[in-house]
Amino acid sequence: MNHHPLFAPILWQVLQIVLALATAPLVTGYVRWFKARLNGRRGPSPFQPYRDLYRLTQKEAVIAHSASWIFRAAPYVVFASAWLAACLIPTFTTNIFLAPAADMIALVALLAVGRFWLALAGMDVGTAFGGIGASREMLIASLAEPAMLMITFSLSLVSGTTQPAQIVAFVLGGNVGVEVSIGLALAAMIMVAIAENGRVPIDNPATHLELTMVHEAMVLEYSGRHLAMIEAAAMVKLTLYMALIACLFAPWGMAQPGAGPEGVLVGMGSFLGKLWMLATALALFETAIAKMRVFRYADFLGGALLLGLLATIFLYVSEAV
Amino acid sequence: MLTALSYDLAHLIGATVLMAGFALLYQRRLFAVLNTFSFQALALAAAAAWQAHIQHAPHLYFTAAIALVFKAMIVPFALHWLVERLGIHRTVETALSIGWTMIIGVALVALSILLVLPVTAHSAALTRESLALAMSVVLLGMLMMITRRNAVTQVVGFMALENGLILAAVSAKGMPLVVEISVAFSVLVAMTLFGIFFFRIRERFDSLDLNYIETFRGDR
Repeated sequence: MNHHPLFAPILWQVLQIVLALATAPLVTGYVRWFKARLNGRRGPSPFQPYRDLYRLTQKEAVIAHSASWIFRAAPYVVFASAWLAACLIPTFTTNIFLAPAADMIALVALLAVGRFWLALAGMDVGTAFGGIGASREMLIASLAEPAMLMITFSLSLVSGTTQPAQIVAFVLGGNVGVEVSIGLALAAMIMVAIAENGRVPIDNPATHLELTMVHEAMVLEYSGRHLAMIEAAAMVKLTLYMALIACLFAPWGMAQPGAGPEGVLVGMGSFLGKLWMLATALALFETAIAKMRVFRYADFLGGALLLGLLATIFLYVSEAV
Repeated sequence: MLTALSYDLAHLIGATVLMAGFALLYQRRLFAVLNTFSFQALALAAAAAWQAHIQHAPHLYFTAAIALVFKAMIVPFALHWLVERLGIHRTVETALSIGWTMIIGVALVALSILLVLPVTAHSAALTRESLALAMSVVLLGMLMMITRRNAVTQVVGFMALENGLILAAVSAKGMPLVVEISVAFSVLVAMTLFGIFFFRIRERFDSLDLNYIETFRGDR
């Protein structure tokens, strides 16, 4: 076995690109199925999102007369940014080709690009719902993004880097104990992830009720392959946030550079296990809690921002001690 | 013996008490406030028990038991009963918006850290950080007393403040048990007195909103 040194990173990178797209609908489908079970319904099979996406790609895309090129381009930009972001986060191994390019701040920016285009598309057609959805999405974003950056700062203060792959190496190296700051950052991260993915209590992904919807309001005008792209992007984004939480706060089992195929296999198994646990926890949480009023978003996300801030403050305490 | 893990865990539990203090400020329903307070007392009991374990101070287990029985169970139950009995309006009325209260809360945490760290420069590391946490809990309790209009939530703020005091007491080595017991019982007595006051205030003003009492101040 005498491969080029870049052979393994590229192989695992390609595998991850495929994996990110392939598991995303299953994760979403599993959450829906488990929620239905918890509600006492049978629920569609966890594989239903695959069929939905296939059906949507087969359908004709109807486009409003008032729509410009932005409306047509947005689904692809949204999907591409989410997919690229999902490729950057180490899931089963840190030995991936794009790992040096993956930076938490770049990640936040990539997700912001997708959100920006989605909001543009929502306003492009000129319907009232699109506008209201875009405005709410921007409200959430303006609060969630600083919180996310704050989490990034506190993590990088601990580990001395903003690259997920190096954070993983740092944590797996046993350099981190049970830190207050990391616990706070985890809580903040979960709140941001809930808000960014439009889950209960911020937004209900299953509803089309005009008064409360955020994400759905923006994509109301989409159909056919465009809708498929947007739905797939939302699924990838959910998986991406789960992968990010697993990568930053529970990287155990992940293969490091230099690990053989067995290590990668272990990493893959532990990654799927973590995804399953997070998806189950999400379904339980969503079943137990009610949706929040729109006017309370600021309190919820402000709470996340403050947790991130506290995490940073406590780092200085432990450093002073 | 103080290993790194026991040290970290003590801080983690202390931080949980502090987070419960923030959660108290965030709640908008009276019963949710009581449940959160109960959770804070539970975390406090865990903190005391953990300190008893790592300091090898068996009397701290007693403190933990007091926190668990009185503060996590009896006081919340009693307040719960009072709220139902008096038919109090169950939303929390704030004098300041929740967002602002939280921001001030974070500022208070920063303040207590800035205050405690230089003062205790020569103490053991465990004590220092725990003291900073406890001081923050005390200040958050005060903040809650200031920013809430309803008498019940003000009492909860007072109890949360007292939780902070106990947290400080258990993390300082060699605090005599007598002090803790007397504090615990004085809180219980205070609780009884507050209960009586609730009835009296309501009899007189038909509400527990303390704004009504303000009109009786002489210096206006």
